[in-house]
Amino acid sequence: MMGQPLVELKSVSKYFGSVIALKDVSFDVKTGEVHCLLGDNGAGKSTLIKTLAGAYVPDDGHILVGGQETRFTSPKDTLDKGIATVYQDLALVPLMSVARNFFLGREPLKKVGFINQFDVEFANQTAFQQLSDMGIQLRDPEQPVGTLSGGERQCLAIARAIYFGAKVLILDEPTSALGVHQASIVLKLIVQSKARGIGVIFISHNVHHAYVVGDRFTLLKRGRSVGTYAKDNITRDQLLNLMAGGKELVDLEQEMAKLKPRQAQ
Amino acid sequence: MSIEVKDERVRKVPLLSKLLSRPELGAIAGTVLVFVFFGITAGSSGLFSAKGILNFLEVSAQLGILATAVSLLMIAGEFDLSVGSMIGFAGVIIAIPPIMWGWPVWASILLSFAVCAAVGYFNGVMVVRTGLPSFIVTLGSLFMLRGLTLGVTRGITGRTQASGLHEYSDKDWITPIFAGQLFKTPVQWLSDIGLIEKRADGLPSISGIPVSIIWWIGLTIFCTWLLTRTRFGNWIFAAGGEANAARNMGVPVARTKIWLFVFTALAAALFATIQVLVTGSADTLRGNQKEFEAIIAVVIGGTLLTGGYGSAIGAMFGALIFGVVQMGIFYTGIDTDWFKLFMGATMVIAVLFNSYVRSRAMRNR
Repeated sequence: MMGQPLVELKSVSKYFGSVIALKDVSFDVKTGEVHCLLGDNGAGKSTLIKTLAGAYVPDDGHILVGGQETRFTSPKDTLDKGIATVYQDLALVPLMSVARNFFLGREPLKKVGFINQFDVEFANQTAFQQLSDMGIQLRDPEQPVGTLSGGERQCLAIARAIYFGAKVLILDEPTSALGVHQASIVLKLIVQSKARGIGVIFISHNVHHAYVVGDRFTLLKRGRSVGTYAKDNITRDQLLNLMAGGKELVDLEQEMAKLKPRQAQ
Repeated sequence: MSIEVKDERVRKVPLLSKLLSRPELGAIAGTVLVFVFFGITAGSSGLFSAKGILNFLEVSAQLGILATAVSLLMIAGEFDLSVGSMIGFAGVIIAIPPIMWGWPVWASILLSFAVCAAVGYFNGVMVVRTGLPSFIVTLGSLFMLRGLTLGVTRGITGRTQASGLHEYSDKDWITPIFAGQLFKTPVQWLSDIGLIEKRADGLPSISGIPVSIIWWIGLTIFCTWLLTRTRFGNWIFAAGGEANAARNMGVPVARTKIWLFVFTALAAALFATIQVLVTGSADTLRGNQKEFEAIIAVVIGGTLLTGGYGSAIGAMFGALIFGVVQMGIFYTGIDTDWFKLFMGATMVIAVLFNSYVRSRAMRNR
């Protein structure tokens, strides 16, 4: 089902004083789709995410959720509408257990007598179950998050967002700090989320990672959208060339070639 | 569809390293060590007679009441250096109204708890709103409260002490709650069957268990429950471990910290109430350096100075070590001047041990 977009930005602009951070950018994600947002540093990716996450109010344009025009009043409000953002810092507490992190701020309660207690058994079991459903085999739900690998932490943050009812997942550079093996774990999880019918917005500047999982690709350059391409219509190399890398890298190569003989002397 | 990502490097975690990752382990090991040490050096001196045990337990209990509350605050990543001054302050508020103006003792105790809660609230709000380190904010409170206590006491009574409270407190219904003795009958019975030695006049050497010890144990159980079994406990760990992450997940970090400042202040008031009702007097210098003793007990108990990790049970054992060493040195006949040297060294060793254990535990996983 690829009908109505879950969330849609229509020609959104955002200015910071005299700086044009975003100009006329349109972007949307549908059910069970991975839409990659690509761009170099300073292209406006962060501004776009924060607008989608409800942290920024756009100066121009429209936001639609499920086809309805909406205004996000706060990140909390956005979360309540089913749009969850997993930032690079992941909002995890390293010294606390996996289960306690999983339920941080939304602790399950159990009535004992007349007092509401934190339901530790439920938290441990659920966190363990949810993560193992996602293919992450924990040794112990009570192990501190600090002992997890980078990929596992990323997966924990994603699994948490899904468990708490995210329909749209915004992932901010989830693979950028990871090695090859760790990144592949996260990429598998993205494909899995998609299979569950979640709309994934995958922000990256790594075309190789994006091309593996993405259905559509939107390129940002200096605050403007260069275009949105379906996977069928674009090859990895074309995408690479479109990204800041393409022309600049060719230029750089030529410059390097000129430099080399001089160094050799 | 499920992807199996089995980590081929997983091995069975030995029980020992599981134990090593508990924060209170260092304090428990230290307690055993201290008991063995004084068992050998002071075994025959009466330290481990019923009376000797009660002596060190009472010292431990008073400090422990403070330390358990301080441990929660420190796990949440904050300090309260004003608890020592708060004890002097609370004591004076309890003692002066009955002696000078004929207030019932229960009313002055209530007033003292209320005033301390207000000061704790003020400390908390200052720390949370200004973003200044709690070390600085409460260092200010430490001096302000001590000065206020001295000024007010001398202004009202003309002296720096208020004594003779027993006359008023002994008939007050509230006294047994804070300064009474419990289990008098079982103690008598234990003495009759010879398990507790008798004095020359045939009475048992102790008449009961001081209530302060019950308060200490009760408070430790309560704080442990709060930390490990409530939503608020999760917030305490998160506030100290990574305040930003906690805030992003919707944890009311500021409110959590303010509550803990209030709780710590209330513990100081409880400490003062017990002390004043037991001794029958208040002194403006009471509680001097208790803030540091509490921190020592908490740190020996395995709580991280930077927050996010620790336990109330650890603080209980930290306070127990404190009491045993203080009384043990007294019983062995070593000059008590050496006590502070010993405690300071114990703390540094405990911190070294704890950080070593923690880094090992983290690596072993």
